[in-house]
Amino acid sequence: MKKQNIFLLSLTAILSSAIILTSCGGSSTEGAKTDSVATAPAASPNGVGEFTHVELSATLNEDMITKGKGIFELKCSACHKLTDAKLVGPGWAGVTKRRTPEWIMNMTTNTEAMLNQDPEAQKLLELCLVRMPNQGLNGEDARNVVEFMRKNDGQ
Amino acid sequence: MKNYINYVAATLAIATLTQCKPKSASQVVTGDAASKVYVAPGKYDEVYNFVSGGFSGQLAVYGLPSARLLRVIPVFSQNPENGWGYSEETKPMLNTSHGFIPWDDLHHVALSQTAGLDDGRWVFVNGNNTPRVARIDLKTFRTAEIIELPNSSGNHSSPFLTENSEYVIAGTRFSTPLDGNNDVAISSYKENFKGTISFIKVDPTSGNMSVPFQVVMPPFNFDLSRAGKGPSHDWFFFSCYNTEQANTLLEVNASQRDKDFVVAINWKKIEEYAKANKGRVTTSKYAHNVYDDKTHSATSTISEGIVQFDAAELKDMIYLIPCPKSPHGCDTDPTGEYIVAGGKLAATIPVFSFSKILKAIEGKQFDTEFAGLPVIKYEAALYGEVPKPGLGPLHTEFDDKGNAYTSMFVSSEVVKWNIKDLKVIDRKPTFYSLGHLMVVGGGTAHPYGKYLVAYNKITKDRYLPTGPELSQSAQLFDISGEKMEMLSDFPTIGEPHYAQAIEASKIKDGQVRFFKIEDNKHQYATKGEKESKVVRTGNRIDVYATCIRSHFSPDNIEGIQLGDEVYFHVTNLEQDWDVPHGFAIKGANAAELLVMPGETSTLKWTPDRIGVIPFYCTDFCSALHQEMQGYMRVSPKGSSVKLVWSLGDFSSDAPAAAATK
Repeated sequence: MKKQNIFLLSLTAILSSAIILTSCGGSSTEGAKTDSVATAPAASPNGVGEFTHVELSATLNEDMITKGKGIFELKCSACHKLTDAKLVGPGWAGVTKRRTPEWIMNMTTNTEAMLNQDPEAQKLLELCLVRMPNQGLNGEDARNVVEFMRKNDGQ
Repeated sequence: MKNYINYVAATLAIATLTQCKPKSASQVVTGDAASKVYVAPGKYDEVYNFVSGGFSGQLAVYGLPSARLLRVIPVFSQNPENGWGYSEETKPMLNTSHGFIPWDDLHHVALSQTAGLDDGRWVFVNGNNTPRVARIDLKTFRTAEIIELPNSSGNHSSPFLTENSEYVIAGTRFSTPLDGNNDVAISSYKENFKGTISFIKVDPTSGNMSVPFQVVMPPFNFDLSRAGKGPSHDWFFFSCYNTEQANTLLEVNASQRDKDFVVAINWKKIEEYAKANKGRVTTSKYAHNVYDDKTHSATSTISEGIVQFDAAELKDMIYLIPCPKSPHGCDTDPTGEYIVAGGKLAATIPVFSFSKILKAIEGKQFDTEFAGLPVIKYEAALYGEVPKPGLGPLHTEFDDKGNAYTSMFVSSEVVKWNIKDLKVIDRKPTFYSLGHLMVVGGGTAHPYGKYLVAYNKITKDRYLPTGPELSQSAQLFDISGEKMEMLSDFPTIGEPHYAQAIEASKIKDGQVRFFKIEDNKHQYATKGEKESKVVRTGNRIDVYATCIRSHFSPDNIEGIQLGDEVYFHVTNLEQDWDVPHGFAIKGANAAELLVMPGETSTLKWTPDRIGVIPFYCTDFCSALHQEMQGYMRVSPKGSSVKLVWSLGDFSSDAPAAAATK
């Protein structure tokens, strides 16, 4: 009987320590960074991410357009068309008029956070139902894609 | 509350059941064991545990202390789960001088070391049956290289590493006639059979292996080995049995002599000798297979000719030390001074002293010669014996506090003893009949300690029964205190032999998460959907396909004919972690492909009937995964159906009806 009591006590101790351990969620612990529950929506037209101010030149940069087109063909064209037709994701026609360059660059480099926190990105997810993959673009890649999109929009 | 009572009742019932076993589990499991193995959801384990899969031919990776199975790395056996050994790119990895072999028996594990410490770069493992050594890259957890060993049979005494991973050593279990003199009577064993020890050089940067030479030894059975450490850095120590040189009923005939040998080999001197001398070159053929992460493909090269030196010509480099009956383990302690041998049939554990061995060599304290090799007097090499340790000592590992842990197969227990005074400190039963054991970092100059795992040969009643075939059992012990504490029981894959464990921090941050598509150098890579196409060359069809959540390009193909061989090269365009796509074709005589982001893999498919054949993605990739599919039309040979391919109704960027509905 005494042995049973010890068992009960120790089981209780284990369970309660487990409860304590798991009740302080929300801290950024190892391995817990994907698909975290959406927090308060960020309403900035720039979206969520490192790009808060991007300077666009008045004339288009042909070199950047060429690079942006290469990235589009390798990493984007499987899901996005250059027209307004939706494929897996929305068509790109007019995107530079709908979105700020900062929003586009945050969406293409900080995709998970955008899908979790940005209301506009979340609307697109509801529409497309496929989470846009992070395609490993760096800031320069993203900027080149914006230039290519501007060209596509006839700017 | 009721659950508690049920739980307690069940535990007590189990305790009662096991009371008739040698020292029941209830005596060795204490109340806080559960909290010590509990790793909360989202938290990581403390160490990676690499566990040989034995006759599964694979390597299992567990996290400790939770004992969660993290991964099974395919090495020597085909693995339909991810296409290892089925895809065109990985088939060459299983090539040997005997041709393609889909299986082996993986026994031992050796983590790469720098300055006597596990460095987390690679893990080496052996194929026992068709002698091979494999190197697994711990950035990708994939087998990067496999090298075959000629003139070896039952590559058991392998792979063992020097302190800076200069060499992997591989001794043969079976002695056999050497290449060039193979067709001899088995009864001419003593005359014609030889043992070999292969020296495998490891490139310090790439890890690539080569076999510069072999040492031809007397026809013993070489069992296990360890390199020296610190003062004994230049040496290797091997256990061997069958010094009787029997070729039949070894169970009896190889257990005649009172002592077999521990063989001490100065690898540094042999390396110098091999550089200065030519040696004999045999006609042996052996395969060397290398996987390249840029081409995502393996190549297999058959080499011919291996350099050999006879042990007897290596004067002052090889010594025999008598060791009680049929030694198995032969383990060097962290200081490099003590060599512990486990005589399977012996009643004591002999501990040899490296400094005494050196003195004995210097003072020529030899008994006699055996096959031209000097035999050091037992007492001259002996530091002492652990008296009455238990029955059937096999393997010894070490902690960070000067203690040794020896597995006792026959008496089914782990025995903890002090290296200096040779006194037994503690003993704990295992369930049942353990073979190998391992301590975290237990093979290094500075063990991490804390955990010990016993890998048992018999499982019986440890888990819910699963018919006649049971998984093997392992038991985790906390060894941080004076007494060992059993924490948990867990099943393993195949049959675990040796295992090693390393702090997670040495590996986890260096992981490759995906392959950069820009760096993909595969001959048939398709970099963007625009490049996807189908090419006919005679009766060979190459499909340059891409996949991304959630479609293939192309997904409709017509114009394939019976008699064609179709190579489906699938490039995964995703550039994010944990987004593989699977690929399977109905009726393909192969397994699926599992294509990692940025990678290209090829499934060869030979259509066997006319019709429309579906293919699909096997790895749930998105909400529209079930839509990720395609068709191939197979027509009769000589059919006029044109070779065409497509995806969707948009072949150009013109707005398409299907997209706007």
